[in-house]
Amino acid sequence: MSSTDEMYQSVIIEHDRSPRNFRVLEHPSHHAEGSNPLCGDRVSVDLQVDADGRITDVAFQGSGCAISRASASMMTTVLKGKTTAEAQELFERFHALMMTGTTAEPKELGKLVAFQGVAAFPMRVKCATLPWHAVNEALRPKA
Amino acid sequence: MSQHVATPLVAGAFDVERLRAEFPILSTLSRGKPLVYLDTAASSQKPLAVIDAIREFYLHDNANIHRGVYQLSERSTMAWDAARARAANFIGAADPGEVVFVRGTTEAINLVAHSFLSRVPRPESRAPTVLVTEMEHHANIVPWQLVGATTRPIPVSDQGELDLVAAERMLGEGPALLAVTHISNALGTINPIAELCRMAHAHGVPVLVDGAQAVPHMPVDVTALGCDFYCFSGHKVFGPTGIGVLWAKAEHLVAMPPYQGGGDMIDLVTFERTTYAPAPGKFEAGTPDIAGAVGLDAALQWLGAQDRKAIGLHEESLRDHATERLAAIPGLRLVGTAQHKAAVIAFTLERAHPHDIASLLDGEGICVRAGHHCTQPLHRRLGLSSTVRASFAPYNTHDEVEALARGLDKVRKVFG
Repeated sequence: MSSTDEMYQSVIIEHDRSPRNFRVLEHPSHHAEGSNPLCGDRVSVDLQVDADGRITDVAFQGSGCAISRASASMMTTVLKGKTTAEAQELFERFHALMMTGTTAEPKELGKLVAFQGVAAFPMRVKCATLPWHAVNEALRPKA
Repeated sequence: MSQHVATPLVAGAFDVERLRAEFPILSTLSRGKPLVYLDTAASSQKPLAVIDAIREFYLHDNANIHRGVYQLSERSTMAWDAARARAANFIGAADPGEVVFVRGTTEAINLVAHSFLSRVPRPESRAPTVLVTEMEHHANIVPWQLVGATTRPIPVSDQGELDLVAAERMLGEGPALLAVTHISNALGTINPIAELCRMAHAHGVPVLVDGAQAVPHMPVDVTALGCDFYCFSGHKVFGPTGIGVLWAKAEHLVAMPPYQGGGDMIDLVTFERTTYAPAPGKFEAGTPDIAGAVGLDAALQWLGAQDRKAIGLHEESLRDHATERLAAIPGLRLVGTAQHKAAVIAFTLERAHPHDIASLLDGEGICVRAGHHCTQPLHRRLGLSSTVRASFAPYNTHDEVEALARGLDKVRKVFG
Protein backbone atom coordinates (compact mmCIF):
# COMPACT_ATOMS: atom_id res chain seq x y z
CA MET A 1 0.00 0.00 0.00
CA SER A 2 1.42 3.37 -0.96
CA SER A 3 1.40 6.29 1.42
CA THR A 4 -1.20 7.96 -0.81
CA ASP A 5 -3.54 5.03 -0.19
CA GLU A 6 -3.05 5.55 3.54
CA MET A 7 -4.33 9.09 3.14
CA TYR A 8 -7.60 7.81 1.65
CA GLN A 9 -8.81 5.68 4.58
CA SER A 10 -12.17 4.04 3.95
CA VAL A 11 -13.76 6.13 6.70
CA ILE A 12 -12.64 9.28 4.84
CA ILE A 13 -14.10 8.06 1.55
CA GLU A 14 -17.32 7.14 3.37
CA HIS A 15 -17.70 10.61 4.94
CA ASP A 16 -16.92 12.24 1.57
CA ARG A 17 -19.72 10.23 -0.04
CA SER A 18 -22.24 10.77 2.75
CA PRO A 19 -21.23 13.84 4.70
CA ARG A 20 -22.92 14.25 8.11
CA ASN A 21 -24.55 17.50 9.15
CA PHE A 22 -24.27 18.86 5.62
CA ARG A 23 -26.85 21.62 6.04
CA VAL A 24 -27.29 25.12 7.41
CA LEU A 25 -28.61 26.05 10.85
CA GLU A 26 -31.62 28.39 10.90
CA HIS A 27 -30.29 30.79 13.52
CA PRO A 28 -26.74 29.84 14.40
CA SER A 29 -25.09 31.56 17.33
CA HIS A 30 -21.73 31.29 15.60
CA HIS A 31 -20.74 31.19 11.96
CA ALA A 32 -17.50 31.27 10.01
CA GLU A 33 -16.28 30.64 6.52
CA GLY A 34 -13.00 29.34 5.25
CA SER A 35 -11.58 29.16 1.79
CA ASN A 36 -8.44 28.13 0.04
CA PRO A 37 -8.01 30.39 -2.98
CA LEU A 38 -5.30 28.14 -4.41
CA CYS A 39 -7.53 25.12 -4.86
CA GLY A 40 -10.95 26.72 -4.62
CA ASP A 41 -12.09 24.77 -1.55
CA ARG A 42 -14.79 26.57 0.42
CA VAL A 43 -16.43 25.69 3.69
CA SER A 44 -18.92 27.46 5.92
CA VAL A 45 -19.67 26.28 9.45
CA ASP A 46 -22.71 27.05 11.62
CA LEU A 47 -22.68 26.41 15.36
CA GLN A 48 -25.36 26.59 18.02
CA VAL A 49 -23.80 27.23 21.42
CA ASP A 50 -26.00 27.33 24.53
CA ALA A 51 -25.70 29.60 27.57
CA ASP A 52 -23.34 27.14 29.27
CA GLY A 53 -20.95 27.30 26.35
CA ARG A 54 -21.90 23.85 25.04
CA ILE A 55 -22.18 23.14 21.31
CA THR A 56 -25.70 21.81 20.85
CA ASP A 57 -25.66 21.70 17.05
CA VAL A 58 -23.12 22.12 14.28
CA ALA A 59 -23.43 21.92 10.52
CA PHE A 60 -21.36 22.69 7.45
CA GLN A 61 -21.74 23.56 3.79
CA GLY A 62 -19.26 23.98 0.99
CA SER A 63 -17.39 22.37 -1.84
CA GLY A 64 -14.02 20.80 -1.82
CA CYS A 65 -11.95 17.67 -2.08
CA ALA A 66 -12.65 14.43 -0.25
CA ILE A 67 -10.14 15.29 2.48
CA SER A 68 -11.74 18.65 3.30
CA ARG A 69 -15.33 17.32 3.07
CA ALA A 70 -14.61 14.27 5.22
CA SER A 71 -12.72 16.41 7.70
CA ALA A 72 -15.63 18.84 7.99
CA SER A 73 -18.12 15.98 8.28
CA MET A 74 -16.20 14.13 11.00
CA MET A 75 -15.51 17.39 12.77
CA THR A 76 -19.23 18.11 13.11
CA THR A 77 -19.86 14.67 14.60
CA VAL A 78 -17.15 15.03 17.24
CA LEU A 79 -17.95 18.63 18.17
CA LYS A 80 -21.58 18.11 19.01
CA GLY A 81 -21.99 18.04 22.80
CA LYS A 82 -18.55 19.49 23.49
CA THR A 83 -17.99 22.79 25.28
CA THR A 84 -16.32 25.53 23.27
CA ALA A 85 -13.23 25.12 25.46
CA GLU A 86 -13.12 21.39 24.65
CA ALA A 87 -13.60 22.19 20.96
CA GLN A 88 -10.67 24.54 20.98
CA GLU A 89 -8.55 21.94 22.77
CA LEU A 90 -9.52 19.39 20.12
CA PHE A 91 -8.57 21.88 17.40
CA GLU A 92 -5.10 22.20 18.95
CA ARG A 93 -4.72 18.41 19.11
CA PHE A 94 -5.90 17.88 15.55
CA HIS A 95 -3.68 20.69 14.31
CA ALA A 96 -0.69 19.13 16.07
CA LEU A 97 -1.49 15.74 14.50
CA MET A 98 -1.55 17.36 11.06
CA MET A 99 1.72 19.21 11.64
CA THR A 100 3.69 16.32 13.14
CA GLY A 101 1.93 13.18 11.90
CA THR A 102 1.94 11.78 15.43
CA THR A 103 -0.07 12.22 18.60
CA ALA A 104 0.68 11.39 22.20
CA GLU A 105 -3.03 10.95 22.91
CA PRO A 106 -4.68 8.91 20.14
CA LYS A 107 -7.64 8.24 22.46
CA GLU A 108 -8.41 11.93 22.83
CA LEU A 109 -8.62 12.30 19.05
CA GLY A 110 -10.84 9.28 18.58
CA LYS A 111 -11.79 8.64 14.96
CA LEU A 112 -9.98 11.80 13.86
CA VAL A 113 -6.76 9.76 13.80
CA ALA A 114 -7.99 8.56 10.40
CA PHE A 115 -6.44 11.79 9.08
CA GLN A 116 -2.98 10.87 10.37
CA GLY A 117 -1.96 9.78 6.86
CA VAL A 118 -2.63 13.27 5.49
CA ALA A 119 0.23 14.69 7.56
CA ALA A 120 2.70 13.05 5.16
CA PHE A 121 1.43 15.36 2.41
CA PRO A 122 2.13 18.99 3.34
CA MET A 123 0.24 20.19 0.26
CA ARG A 124 -2.93 18.49 1.50
CA VAL A 125 -2.75 19.31 5.22
CA LYS A 126 -4.57 22.58 4.61
CA CYS A 127 -7.50 20.62 3.14
CA ALA A 128 -7.95 18.71 6.40
CA THR A 129 -7.47 21.73 8.65
CA LEU A 130 -9.64 24.18 6.66
CA PRO A 131 -12.96 23.40 8.47
CA TRP A 132 -11.22 23.33 11.84
CA HIS A 133 -9.73 26.76 11.25
CA ALA A 134 -13.23 27.99 10.38
CA VAL A 135 -14.64 26.67 13.68
CA ASN A 136 -11.74 28.10 15.62
CA GLU A 137 -12.44 31.45 13.98
CA ALA A 138 -16.18 31.19 14.71
CA LEU A 139 -15.58 30.48 18.40
CA ARG A 140 -12.92 33.15 18.86
CA PRO A 141 -14.20 35.81 21.27
CA LYS A 142 -15.14 38.84 19.20
CA ALA A 143 -13.37 42.03 20.12
CA MET B 1 29.80 28.92 -22.20
CA SER B 2 27.98 25.72 -22.82
CA GLN B 3 29.86 23.02 -24.66
CA HIS B 4 26.66 21.27 -25.61
CA VAL B 5 25.66 21.24 -29.22
CA ALA B 6 22.54 19.23 -29.79
CA THR B 7 22.50 17.24 -32.99
CA PRO B 8 19.34 17.47 -35.05
CA LEU B 9 17.36 14.29 -35.03
CA VAL B 10 16.52 12.50 -38.22
CA ALA B 11 13.14 13.65 -39.48
CA GLY B 12 10.38 11.10 -39.10
CA ALA B 13 12.45 8.96 -36.76
CA PHE B 14 11.82 10.74 -33.48
CA ASP B 15 13.86 9.06 -30.76
CA VAL B 16 12.12 9.95 -27.53
CA GLU B 17 14.49 7.87 -25.38
CA ARG B 18 17.47 9.77 -26.70
CA LEU B 19 15.75 13.04 -25.93
CA ARG B 20 14.77 11.86 -22.44
CA ALA B 21 18.39 10.99 -21.71
CA GLU B 22 19.14 14.71 -21.89
CA PHE B 23 16.76 15.34 -18.96
CA PRO B 24 18.30 13.65 -15.90
CA ILE B 25 15.28 14.33 -13.68
CA LEU B 26 13.11 12.11 -15.88
CA SER B 27 15.07 9.04 -14.75
CA THR B 28 14.36 9.68 -11.06
CA LEU B 29 11.69 8.16 -8.84
CA SER B 30 8.74 9.96 -7.30
CA ARG B 31 7.00 8.29 -4.31
CA GLY B 32 9.09 5.24 -5.16
CA LYS B 33 7.74 4.99 -8.71
CA PRO B 34 9.29 6.08 -12.01
CA LEU B 35 8.54 9.79 -12.41
CA VAL B 36 5.82 10.53 -14.97
CA TYR B 37 5.95 14.28 -15.47
CA LEU B 38 2.75 15.57 -17.06
CA ASP B 39 2.85 19.18 -15.85
CA THR B 40 5.00 20.89 -18.44
CA ALA B 41 2.33 23.58 -18.93
CA ALA B 42 3.14 24.70 -15.38
CA SER B 43 6.90 24.41 -15.81
CA SER B 44 9.09 22.37 -18.11
CA GLN B 45 11.98 20.15 -17.09
CA LYS B 46 15.48 21.23 -18.12
CA PRO B 47 17.96 19.48 -20.40
CA LEU B 48 21.59 19.09 -19.30
CA ALA B 49 22.57 21.73 -21.86
CA VAL B 50 20.71 24.33 -19.80
CA ILE B 51 21.85 23.10 -16.39
CA ASP B 52 25.46 22.98 -17.57
CA ALA B 53 25.32 26.42 -19.19
CA ILE B 54 24.23 28.03 -15.92
CA ARG B 55 26.92 26.16 -13.98
CA GLU B 56 29.56 27.09 -16.54
CA PHE B 57 28.54 30.74 -16.35
CA TYR B 58 28.94 30.86 -12.59
CA LEU B 59 32.18 28.88 -12.76
CA HIS B 60 33.88 30.94 -15.45
CA ASP B 61 32.07 34.09 -16.58
CA ASN B 62 30.22 35.57 -13.63
CA ALA B 63 30.34 39.35 -13.18
CA ASN B 64 27.85 42.17 -13.43
CA ILE B 65 27.00 43.43 -16.91
CA HIS B 66 27.55 46.93 -18.32
CA ARG B 67 29.54 47.83 -15.20
CA GLY B 68 33.16 46.80 -15.51
CA VAL B 69 35.93 47.29 -18.05
CA TYR B 70 37.58 44.09 -16.92
CA GLN B 71 37.43 40.87 -18.87
CA LEU B 72 34.90 39.00 -16.74
CA SER B 73 32.37 41.80 -17.03
CA GLU B 74 33.03 41.90 -20.75
CA ARG B 75 32.32 38.16 -21.02
CA SER B 76 29.21 38.46 -18.90
CA THR B 77 27.94 41.41 -20.96
CA MET B 78 28.60 39.53 -24.17
CA ALA B 79 26.66 36.51 -22.87
CA TRP B 80 23.74 38.78 -21.96
CA ASP B 81 23.73 40.40 -25.40
CA ALA B 82 24.04 37.02 -27.11
CA ALA B 83 21.02 35.76 -25.20
CA ARG B 84 19.02 38.77 -26.36
CA ALA B 85 20.04 38.18 -29.97
CA ARG B 86 19.13 34.49 -29.70
CA ALA B 87 15.72 35.27 -28.20
CA ALA B 88 14.97 37.79 -30.94
CA ASN B 89 16.02 35.38 -33.64
CA PHE B 90 14.07 32.52 -32.08
CA ILE B 91 10.74 34.35 -32.40
CA GLY B 92 11.45 35.93 -35.77
CA ALA B 93 12.06 39.45 -34.47
CA ALA B 94 13.94 41.73 -36.82
CA ASP B 95 15.97 43.52 -34.14
CA PRO B 96 17.39 42.32 -30.77
CA GLY B 97 16.70 45.85 -29.55
CA GLU B 98 13.01 44.92 -29.55
CA VAL B 99 13.59 42.24 -26.90
CA VAL B 100 13.26 43.29 -23.26
CA PHE B 101 14.35 40.78 -20.62
CA VAL B 102 11.87 40.43 -17.79
CA ARG B 103 11.24 37.89 -15.02
CA GLY B 104 8.62 36.08 -17.04
CA THR B 105 5.37 36.47 -18.95
CA THR B 106 3.65 37.92 -15.89
CA GLU B 107 6.17 40.74 -15.55
CA ALA B 108 6.07 41.35 -19.29
CA ILE B 109 2.33 41.96 -19.17
CA ASN B 110 2.64 44.13 -16.05
CA LEU B 111 5.27 46.17 -17.86
CA VAL B 112 3.01 46.77 -20.85
CA ALA B 113 0.05 47.53 -18.55
CA HIS B 114 1.98 50.18 -16.65
CA SER B 115 4.00 51.63 -19.46
CA PHE B 116 1.98 51.27 -22.65
CA LEU B 117 -1.50 51.82 -21.29
CA SER B 118 -0.47 55.06 -19.62
CA ARG B 119 0.29 56.45 -23.11
CA VAL B 120 -3.04 55.56 -24.64
CA PRO B 121 -5.04 58.74 -25.26
CA ARG B 122 -8.45 58.50 -23.64
CA PRO B 123 -11.45 60.71 -23.14
CA GLU B 124 -11.51 62.46 -19.77
CA SER B 125 -12.62 60.35 -16.81
CA ARG B 126 -12.98 57.19 -18.87
CA ALA B 127 -10.94 54.13 -18.00
CA PRO B 128 -9.37 52.43 -21.00
CA THR B 129 -10.82 49.09 -22.02
CA VAL B 130 -8.59 46.11 -22.63
CA LEU B 131 -10.20 43.39 -24.69
CA VAL B 132 -9.22 39.98 -23.31
CA THR B 133 -10.80 36.53 -23.68
CA GLU B 134 -12.66 34.28 -21.27
CA MET B 135 -9.78 31.80 -21.46
CA GLU B 136 -7.06 34.19 -20.24
CA HIS B 137 -4.68 33.33 -17.43
CA HIS B 138 -5.01 35.64 -14.41
CA ALA B 139 -1.68 37.15 -15.50
CA ASN B 140 -3.44 38.53 -18.57
CA ILE B 141 -6.38 39.93 -16.59
CA VAL B 142 -5.17 41.30 -13.26
CA PRO B 143 -2.31 43.54 -14.51
CA TRP B 144 -4.80 45.50 -16.65
CA GLN B 145 -7.16 45.88 -13.71
CA LEU B 146 -4.29 47.04 -11.50
CA VAL B 147 -3.70 50.08 -13.71
CA GLY B 148 -7.39 50.95 -13.74
CA ALA B 149 -8.38 49.47 -17.08
CA THR B 150 -11.67 47.68 -17.64
CA THR B 151 -11.24 44.13 -18.93
CA ARG B 152 -13.89 42.95 -21.38
CA PRO B 153 -13.77 39.27 -22.35
CA ILE B 154 -14.34 37.81 -25.79
CA PRO B 155 -16.62 34.79 -25.19
CA VAL B 156 -15.43 31.21 -25.46
CA SER B 157 -17.60 28.33 -26.70
CA ASP B 158 -18.27 25.18 -24.66
CA GLN B 159 -15.55 23.50 -26.75
CA GLY B 160 -13.09 26.19 -25.72
CA GLU B 161 -12.90 28.19 -28.95
CA LEU B 162 -13.03 31.96 -29.31
CA ASP B 163 -16.16 33.56 -30.71
CA LEU B 164 -14.62 35.48 -33.62
CA VAL B 165 -17.91 37.16 -34.54
CA ALA B 166 -18.09 38.64 -31.06
CA ALA B 167 -14.39 39.52 -31.29
CA GLU B 168 -15.00 41.48 -34.48
CA ARG B 169 -17.87 43.39 -32.90
CA MET B 170 -15.98 44.10 -29.66
CA LEU B 171 -12.87 45.25 -31.53
CA GLY B 172 -15.09 47.87 -33.15
CA GLU B 173 -16.03 49.32 -29.78
CA GLY B 174 -12.73 51.12 -29.35
CA PRO B 175 -10.65 49.07 -26.90
CA ALA B 176 -7.15 50.36 -26.14
CA LEU B 177 -5.63 46.92 -26.66
CA LEU B 178 -6.41 43.29 -27.42
CA ALA B 179 -4.60 40.98 -24.98
CA VAL B 180 -4.95 37.33 -25.93
CA THR B 181 -3.24 34.05 -25.21
CA HIS B 182 -1.64 32.15 -28.09
CA ILE B 183 -2.37 28.76 -26.50
CA SER B 184 -4.72 28.34 -23.54
CA ASN B 185 -2.84 26.95 -20.54
CA ALA B 186 -6.04 25.40 -19.19
CA LEU B 187 -7.60 23.93 -22.34
CA GLY B 188 -4.82 23.76 -24.90
CA THR B 189 -6.82 25.75 -27.47
CA ILE B 190 -4.56 27.27 -30.15
CA ASN B 191 -5.99 30.69 -30.99
CA PRO B 192 -5.90 32.13 -34.54
CA ILE B 193 -3.48 34.92 -33.63
CA ALA B 194 -2.62 36.08 -37.16
CA GLU B 195 -6.32 36.41 -37.97
CA LEU B 196 -7.02 38.23 -34.68
CA CYS B 197 -4.15 40.63 -35.40
CA ARG B 198 -5.55 41.43 -38.86
CA MET B 199 -9.01 42.01 -37.38
CA ALA B 200 -7.65 44.17 -34.54
CA HIS B 201 -5.40 46.26 -36.74
CA ALA B 202 -8.29 46.95 -39.13
CA HIS B 203 -9.86 48.70 -36.14
CA GLY B 204 -6.57 50.35 -35.14
CA VAL B 205 -6.29 48.18 -32.03
CA PRO B 206 -2.81 46.95 -31.03
CA VAL B 207 -2.40 43.32 -29.91
CA LEU B 208 -0.49 41.72 -27.05
CA VAL B 209 0.01 37.95 -27.23
CA ASP B 210 0.70 35.78 -24.17
CA GLY B 211 2.98 33.19 -25.73
CA ALA B 212 3.96 31.35 -22.55
CA GLN B 213 2.42 28.07 -23.75
CA ALA B 214 3.17 28.51 -27.45
CA VAL B 215 6.92 29.13 -27.68
CA PRO B 216 7.81 25.73 -26.14
CA HIS B 217 5.53 23.82 -28.50
CA MET B 218 5.46 25.47 -31.90
CA PRO B 219 7.66 27.69 -34.04
CA VAL B 220 6.64 31.30 -33.42
CA ASP B 221 7.29 34.16 -35.82
CA VAL B 222 6.16 37.52 -34.43
CA THR B 223 6.62 39.20 -37.79
CA ALA B 224 4.35 36.70 -39.54
CA LEU B 225 1.79 36.87 -36.70
CA GLY B 226 1.71 40.65 -36.99
CA CYS B 227 1.25 41.33 -33.27
CA ASP B 228 2.52 44.37 -31.37
CA PHE B 229 3.68 42.64 -28.18
CA TYR B 230 4.64 39.02 -27.58
CA CYS B 231 5.78 37.56 -24.27
CA PHE B 232 7.01 34.24 -22.96
CA SER B 233 8.72 32.69 -19.94
CA GLY B 234 12.08 30.92 -19.83
CA HIS B 235 11.01 28.18 -17.44
CA LYS B 236 8.24 26.92 -19.72
CA VAL B 237 10.58 26.64 -22.70
CA PHE B 238 13.11 24.27 -21.01
CA GLY B 239 15.04 27.20 -19.52
CA PRO B 240 15.38 28.46 -15.96
CA THR B 241 12.87 30.33 -13.80
CA GLY B 242 13.28 34.06 -13.26
CA ILE B 243 13.82 35.08 -16.88
CA GLY B 244 11.41 35.84 -19.68
CA VAL B 245 10.99 37.92 -22.77
CA LEU B 246 8.85 40.84 -23.78
CA TRP B 247 9.10 41.51 -27.48
CA ALA B 248 7.52 44.72 -28.76
CA LYS B 249 7.57 46.65 -31.98
CA ALA B 250 10.29 49.29 -31.79
CA GLU B 251 7.80 52.13 -32.28
CA HIS B 252 6.02 51.13 -29.05
CA LEU B 253 9.22 50.71 -27.05
CA VAL B 254 10.42 54.15 -28.14
CA ALA B 255 7.17 55.79 -27.04
CA MET B 256 6.70 53.92 -23.78
CA PRO B 257 8.01 55.43 -20.51
CA PRO B 258 10.22 53.33 -18.19
CA TYR B 259 8.54 50.77 -15.95
CA GLN B 260 10.95 50.77 -13.01
CA GLY B 261 13.80 53.10 -12.11
CA GLY B 262 17.31 52.11 -11.13
CA GLY B 263 20.70 51.26 -12.49
CA ASP B 264 21.27 50.44 -16.16
CA MET B 265 18.09 52.14 -17.40
CA ILE B 266 19.47 55.66 -17.27
CA ASP B 267 21.25 58.07 -19.54
CA LEU B 268 22.05 61.01 -17.25
CA VAL B 269 20.98 61.35 -13.62
CA THR B 270 20.85 64.60 -11.68
CA PHE B 271 18.79 65.54 -8.63
CA GLU B 272 16.68 67.74 -10.85
CA ARG B 273 16.06 65.50 -13.79
CA THR B 274 16.97 62.13 -15.26
CA THR B 275 17.10 61.02 -18.86
CA TYR B 276 16.78 57.40 -19.84
CA ALA B 277 18.68 54.89 -21.88
CA PRO B 278 17.14 53.91 -25.21
CA ALA B 279 15.06 50.71 -25.35
CA PRO B 280 15.48 47.95 -24.37
CA GLY B 281 17.83 49.18 -21.60
CA LYS B 282 15.21 51.72 -20.49
CA PHE B 283 13.04 48.83 -19.27
CA GLU B 284 15.76 46.83 -17.53
CA ALA B 285 16.42 48.54 -14.22
CA GLY B 286 18.82 46.93 -11.78
CA THR B 287 21.08 43.94 -12.15
CA PRO B 288 19.06 41.44 -14.17
CA ASP B 289 19.05 37.64 -14.01
CA ILE B 290 22.19 37.25 -16.10
CA ALA B 291 22.60 33.54 -15.41
CA GLY B 292 18.92 33.14 -16.24
CA ALA B 293 19.47 34.73 -19.63
CA VAL B 294 22.46 32.42 -20.20
CA GLY B 295 20.21 29.47 -19.32
CA LEU B 296 17.47 30.75 -21.62
CA ASP B 297 20.02 31.16 -24.41
CA ALA B 298 21.06 27.52 -23.93
CA ALA B 299 17.41 26.40 -23.86
CA LEU B 300 16.54 28.19 -27.10
CA GLN B 301 19.73 26.88 -28.72
CA TRP B 302 18.79 23.38 -27.57
CA LEU B 303 15.20 23.62 -28.79
CA GLY B 304 16.26 25.26 -32.04
CA ALA B 305 18.59 22.37 -32.78
CA GLN B 306 15.79 19.81 -32.41
CA ASP B 307 13.69 18.66 -35.34
CA ARG B 308 10.70 20.85 -34.53
CA LYS B 309 8.50 19.11 -37.06
CA ALA B 310 9.21 15.66 -35.59
CA ILE B 311 8.65 17.01 -32.07
CA GLY B 312 5.37 18.58 -33.15
CA LEU B 313 4.16 15.30 -34.63
CA HIS B 314 5.19 13.44 -31.47
CA GLU B 315 3.26 15.86 -29.27
CA GLU B 316 0.23 15.57 -31.53
CA SER B 317 0.31 11.79 -31.33
CA LEU B 318 0.56 12.00 -27.52
CA ARG B 319 -2.42 14.36 -27.52
CA ASP B 320 -4.49 12.05 -29.72
CA HIS B 321 -3.52 8.96 -27.74
CA ALA B 322 -4.34 10.60 -24.40
CA THR B 323 -7.61 12.06 -25.72
CA GLU B 324 -8.78 8.70 -27.03
CA ARG B 325 -7.63 6.73 -23.97
CA LEU B 326 -9.13 9.13 -21.42
CA ALA B 327 -12.39 9.67 -23.30
CA ALA B 328 -13.02 5.93 -22.98
CA ILE B 329 -12.88 6.05 -19.15
CA PRO B 330 -16.42 5.91 -17.73
CA GLY B 331 -17.41 9.13 -15.95
CA LEU B 332 -14.51 11.08 -17.41
CA ARG B 333 -15.34 14.35 -19.15
CA LEU B 334 -12.78 16.07 -21.34
CA VAL B 335 -12.76 19.85 -20.86
CA GLY B 336 -11.65 21.76 -23.95
CA THR B 337 -12.11 20.04 -27.27
CA ALA B 338 -11.09 22.77 -29.69
CA GLN B 339 -10.31 21.78 -33.25
CA HIS B 340 -6.83 23.33 -33.01
CA LYS B 341 -5.39 22.10 -29.80
CA ALA B 342 -2.01 21.60 -28.14
CA ALA B 343 -1.10 18.54 -26.07
CA VAL B 344 -2.97 19.74 -22.99
CA ILE B 345 -5.73 17.46 -21.70
CA ALA B 346 -8.05 18.85 -19.03
CA PHE B 347 -10.77 16.71 -17.52
CA THR B 348 -13.06 15.95 -14.64
CA LEU B 349 -14.03 12.55 -13.27
CA GLU B 350 -17.37 11.74 -11.70
CA ARG B 351 -17.45 11.48 -7.90
CA ALA B 352 -13.77 12.40 -7.55
CA HIS B 353 -12.51 15.90 -6.81
CA PRO B 354 -9.56 17.00 -8.98
CA HIS B 355 -7.29 17.38 -5.94
CA ASP B 356 -7.97 13.83 -4.82
CA ILE B 357 -7.35 12.59 -8.36
CA ALA B 358 -4.02 14.44 -8.43
CA SER B 359 -3.04 13.06 -5.01
CA LEU B 360 -3.82 9.47 -5.99
CA LEU B 361 -1.92 9.88 -9.27
CA ASP B 362 0.95 11.38 -7.26
CA GLY B 363 1.02 8.10 -5.34
CA GLU B 364 1.77 6.44 -8.68
CA GLY B 365 4.60 8.87 -9.44
CA ILE B 366 2.43 10.84 -11.88
CA CYS B 367 2.57 14.65 -11.72
CA VAL B 368 -0.57 16.41 -12.96
CA ARG B 369 -2.04 19.76 -12.01
CA ALA B 370 -5.40 20.09 -10.28
CA GLY B 371 -7.30 23.29 -9.66
CA HIS B 372 -8.36 26.30 -11.66
CA HIS B 373 -4.95 26.69 -13.35
CA CYS B 374 -5.03 30.47 -12.76
CA THR B 375 -8.12 30.71 -14.97
CA GLN B 376 -10.98 31.21 -12.53
CA PRO B 377 -13.18 33.17 -15.00
CA LEU B 378 -12.81 30.38 -17.58
CA HIS B 379 -13.77 27.72 -15.06
CA ARG B 380 -16.73 29.84 -13.97
CA ARG B 381 -17.76 30.17 -17.62
CA LEU B 382 -17.60 26.38 -18.03
CA GLY B 383 -19.51 25.80 -14.79
CA LEU B 384 -16.59 24.08 -13.09
CA SER B 385 -14.70 24.90 -9.92
CA SER B 386 -11.63 22.93 -10.92
CA THR B 387 -10.22 20.42 -13.37
CA VAL B 388 -7.32 18.01 -13.65
CA ARG B 389 -4.78 18.87 -16.33
CA ALA B 390 -2.21 16.61 -17.95
CA SER B 391 0.14 18.53 -20.22
CA PHE B 392 2.68 16.91 -22.49
CA ALA B 393 6.14 17.73 -23.78
CA PRO B 394 8.50 16.20 -26.33
CA TYR B 395 10.04 14.10 -23.54
CA ASN B 396 6.79 12.32 -22.71
CA THR B 397 6.04 8.83 -24.02
CA HIS B 398 3.04 6.76 -25.01
CA ASP B 399 3.82 4.48 -22.04
CA GLU B 400 3.25 7.50 -19.82
CA VAL B 401 -0.16 8.05 -21.40
CA GLU B 402 -0.96 4.43 -20.46
CA ALA B 403 0.38 5.00 -16.93
CA LEU B 404 -1.99 7.96 -16.60
CA ALA B 405 -4.93 5.85 -17.76
CA ARG B 406 -4.02 3.06 -15.32
CA GLY B 407 -3.71 5.62 -12.54
CA LEU B 408 -7.18 6.92 -13.34
CA ASP B 409 -8.57 3.38 -13.20
CA LYS B 410 -7.19 3.21 -9.70
CA VAL B 411 -8.81 6.54 -8.80
CA ARG B 412 -12.13 5.13 -9.99
CA LYS B 413 -11.69 2.09 -7.76
CA VAL B 414 -11.17 4.35 -4.72
CA PHE B 415 -14.04 6.71 -5.51
CA GLY B 416 -16.26 4.41 -7.61
